[in-house]
Amino acid sequence: MDESVLYRETFSITGNDFERGGAAASAVKAIMRELGLDPAVIRRLSIANFEAEMNVIMYAEQGRLEFTVTAEAVKVVVADRGRGIADIELAMQEGYSTATAEMRARGFGAGMGLPNIKRSTDWFEIESTPGVGTTLRYGVLLGAAGGRG
Amino acid sequence: MPPATGYPMTLGQIRDLLACDVICGHDLMDMEVGECFAADLMSDVLAFSRSGAVLITGLASIQSVHTADVADLKAIVFVHGKRPAEPVADVARQQGIPLLTTGRFMFETCGLLFSHGLKPAGKE
Repeated sequence: MDESVLYRETFSITGNDFERGGAAASAVKAIMRELGLDPAVIRRLSIANFEAEMNVIMYAEQGRLEFTVTAEAVKVVVADRGRGIADIELAMQEGYSTATAEMRARGFGAGMGLPNIKRSTDWFEIESTPGVGTTLRYGVLLGAAGGRG
Repeated sequence: MPPATGYPMTLGQIRDLLACDVICGHDLMDMEVGECFAADLMSDVLAFSRSGAVLITGLASIQSVHTADVADLKAIVFVHGKRPAEPVADVARQQGIPLLTTGRFMFETCGLLFSHGLKPAGKE
């Protein structure tokens, strides 16, 4: 297994910065295009990245999205400092949300973010400590290793 | 064999049908589209749309443009006369996503496009 890193970049995400909400996901998408990744892989990861970015903006103070490409997979870590999630099982249920009116007015906050990330990726892990923050790890397998293409 | 993605229309035909103002992407009115996805909830668009569709929405925030970008949607038609702020249009210009706005409501907009042969772009 070749785990050498072909590309890595980290993007900063600021809580409550709705006017830039989606900028990191769009920037990562442009990089993936330049790297020549498969369009279906790019779309799946971009959807996950956008939902994860909006989660940081909606629920955390500060966060970062670390994007890594190897020959095997594209891996993303989104870690934030913020309120965290007390009940992850509940947060993973489609439709469960603690969103405010502003979040909903932006087209998010309907309790679909985490399920969408899980649905779009080949693996998804979440760790959270209430009052400290949340870390998501997810990714998509590439080439022959890819399940859904 | 009928086309797999439905009967294509150009953005210019959609503009004329819905009496749209073109906010940006005037040079892309020859682009052909065969499918539409309509929603105000961007998570629904991300979860359920297929690439290549036109997004019909009443959400004129920057998130609608980023949604179209990440989900590979070709263009956005804003309904109810919604018009995004200029910085939002600037991002759409950079990303090559045409923005149109119509005074028609969501239901009328979808009905007209459907009756002219455009197909739903929802995943099975």
